[in-house]
Parts: sequence; structure tokens; C-alpha cells
Amino acid sequence: MNPFSKLYYGLRKAWKVVRLYLVIAGPGLVVMVADNDAGGITTYAVTGAKYGYHLIWFLLILIPVAYYVQEMTVRLGAVTKRGHAEAIFDGFGAFWGWFSLVDLMIVDWLTLVTEFVGMTAALAIFGVPPWITVVAVIVLMGIIVVNGRYWTFEKLALLFCALNLVYIPGAFMVHPSVRNILHDGLIPNFAGGFNGELFFFLMANIGTTIAPWMLFFQQSSVVDKGMQEKDIPWGRFDTLLGSIVTVVVAVFIVIVTGTVLSGVNIDSAAQAALQLMKTDKYVGALLAIGLFDAGLLGAICISLASSWAFGEIFGWAHSLNTKIRQAPWFYGTYFFTLLTAGLVVLIPHAPLILITLFVQVIAVTLLPAALVFLILLLNDRAAVGDYCNTLVQNLIGGFIVVSIVILSTLYGVTVMFPDLIK
Amino acid sequence: MNAIRSLVAKIREINSRYRTPRIQMSRGVRISLMALRLYLFALVGLMIYKFVLLVIQG
Repeated sequence: MNPFSKLYYGLRKAWKVVRLYLVIAGPGLVVMVADNDAGGITTYAVTGAKYGYHLIWFLLILIPVAYYVQEMTVRLGAVTKRGHAEAIFDGFGAFWGWFSLVDLMIVDWLTLVTEFVGMTAALAIFGVPPWITVVAVIVLMGIIVVNGRYWTFEKLALLFCALNLVYIPGAFMVHPSVRNILHDGLIPNFAGGFNGELFFFLMANIGTTIAPWMLFFQQSSVVDKGMQEKDIPWGRFDTLLGSIVTVVVAVFIVIVTGTVLSGVNIDSAAQAALQLMKTDKYVGALLAIGLFDAGLLGAICISLASSWAFGEIFGWAHSLNTKIRQAPWFYGTYFFTLLTAGLVVLIPHAPLILITLFVQVIAVTLLPAALVFLILLLNDRAAVGDYCNTLVQNLIGGFIVVSIVILSTLYGVTVMFPDLIK
Repeated sequence: MNAIRSLVAKIREINSRYRTPRIQMSRGVRISLMALRLYLFALVGLMIYKFVLLVIQG
């Protein structure tokens, strides 16, 4: 065979692999990128402004952490064909099931409010009144899900994921020093020493990378997509790619604010965008667009996570492959959570800061529980058979869970009692 | 009223369907769930304490 034929067949084979991946791609990539929601963007922007490039290495460590946790939901969903809420009810009984469901419902709704806060703040920069943003977002999110096909939802969500990459050109536009990034960012260090404030930032970054709703969303999404056991390797690749993309985006946000706003006190991504506009209006605009996109993507996934969970437990039709008439409760829950969360943002003087703090604390109570259940379910050979966790997977998963339980507890306590660790 | 009644009935049905945990309650599972209970009691206790503090402080 001549070299051209070899090249042709090689390229054809590679294209076939890419096409196959594009069919399977979705749950892992969407959930990971959606994890960079409005709260996440704010955390990364503030981290960059506060510590410059010094915490980039810490963000990179979160790639395997996010991958190992989310990969378990792929196996559990593909093998049992059950969402996470149903798996907990079935595995651990009604008490733990209700606990998880109610906790998920509260934390999802509160997180949804914070997504609306981010979206309205982002578009306010361009002069759009909050009520127009809320109405437009609800209409847009309705259009995304009511077409009656999971495939359409997923591909539209992937489009919004692509928009999340705006921070990459944004970082190049502010001309950061590559040497400083490599020197300060890749060598583990604690700028200014390890203190309470730094600990708070580290925890906030972990909290935005692994969230309870992600477990519920990805497992239900795997089931709704109809992934089979044979698709698990692709699901793993999808999850790995997603965890890399989410952290890369986070790193570029840190680079943007670490370059332009280093040492400037900011407390939200919208504020960072406004500050950036003073030096480069295009970069500021990109940050604002990215913040809106992040809020939108987060809102889509979070409200779906709740609707799927309720549908699983109450026995309602709960698939995006159904029309509104076939699954009225599923879509009803979706729109109800969206509408009420959107309305809260429009209430004058609503306690939005208190809500944000509540999100962090309540998420802390659900995360360890959800992770413990996940590990135990993946050790139930009767349910997952050969896809049971291996010893190495249990050691890695166990280490991650124990670390997150300890750190997130400390984080929850720090949020409630900020003066405790100084 | 009917809606509430049917909701209660549905919750009862769910409770009876999932009355018995399917996972075998080995020692490891029991210890994990007990640790989780203690953790949740401690954290919820702290949250209630914080809430009372907020109320007292106005």
C-alpha cells in the first residue's frame, strides 16, 4: 500500500472514531462544563484577582478528582439503568432516599437562584433589565427541552459548552506572562502562607468542581441517553475530556483576572467583568458573556437534575424523549423550579448573599452523603456485577471521599463561622 | 384536597416499595451509614445553632 493510501485510510479511521465519539459524547462533557456555572466563574475570577496565578496547580489537581467521582456515575447508570435518586432509594431504603431527594431539591433550587443572579448581573452590564433576562432565559430553556428529544437537548447544551471556551481567547487578549504562569502557577505553593482565607479559597474551588447535583445529573443523563455497558469506555473518555475542559477553562479565568485584576478586591464575576472593561472592553465583554453562558448552562442542568430525580421516585414519565403531554409532571417540575428561582431574583432587596451562603452550606451536607452512597453502590456486586469497583478504584475513591468529607465539613463550618479559622 | 390525598398515598406507596434496603448490610456498610448519621447530626446541629445565633442577633 502506498503512503497516500495509508494516510487516507488512517484519516478515515480517525474520523470514524471521532464520529463515534460524537454520538456517545454528552453527559460527561455537559455536566463538567456546566459545573463552571455562575458561582464557579465567580470563584475562579475572585481566586485569580486575589492570588494571581499561584493556585493554578491546585486547580490542575482537581482534574483526576472530578474524573474519578463522576466516572462512577457512568458505570452505575449504564449498568443499572437507574438514576442516582432511584439507586439510593432502592439500595438504602426510604429514609436515606427522602433525605437525598429533599436535600437535592433544596440545594438545586437555591443554586438555580444563584445562576439567575449571575445571568441577570452579566446582562445588566450590557444594559439589559433583569426582568427581560429572566423571561428570555425561561423561554430559551423551554425551547431547549420541549422538543421531545434528548439528542437535541444534548447537542444544544454542547453548543453552550463551546461558548464556555470564550475565556481562552480572553486570556490571550490580556497578554499574560507565560514565564510567570509556569513559574508561579505550576509549582505548588501557598501565596502569603497557609491561612484561613487561603483555606476558604481552596475549599471554594473544590466545592465548585464537585457538586452534589452533578452526580444526580450525569447518572440520570446516562440513563436517558440510553447508554449501554458497551458504551462505558466512551463514557469514561467523555468524562475525562469534560474534567480536563472544565479545569482548563477555570485556569484561563484565573489567568485573565490574575493578569489584569491582581490585587484588586472583587467579590463577583460581574464586578470583575466591569473592572476588566475599564482596561479592555472586549475582554470585559467576553467575561460577561461567559458568565451569562455559564449561568444558563448551569440552570439547564440543575433544573433537569431535580426533575429527573422526582420522576424516578414518583414514577412519572421522566425522559427528554417524551413530549409535554406525555410527561406533564416532569416538565412541570422543570418549569416550576425555573420560574420560582427566576422570580426570587426580581424581588427587590431579596437576601441573595444569604442564599449564596446557604447554597454552600446545604451542598456540604449533601455532597458527603451522595459520595458515600456512590461508593457503596459501586461495591454492590449484585447490582453492578463486573463493573463493581476494583480495590484500586475503592482506594482512590475512598481517599477522595474521606478528603472531601473532612475538607467540605471544615468549609461548611468556615462559611457558618467565618471567625473560627483566622 | 384530592391532590393532597393522592400525594400522601403516593408517598406511602414509595415508602412501602423501598421499605427494605436492597444492599446487604455488611459491617462496612453499617459503619459507613452510622458515620454518615453522626456527621449529619453534627452539621445540622451546627446549622441550627447558627440559625438561632442569627435570630438572637437580629
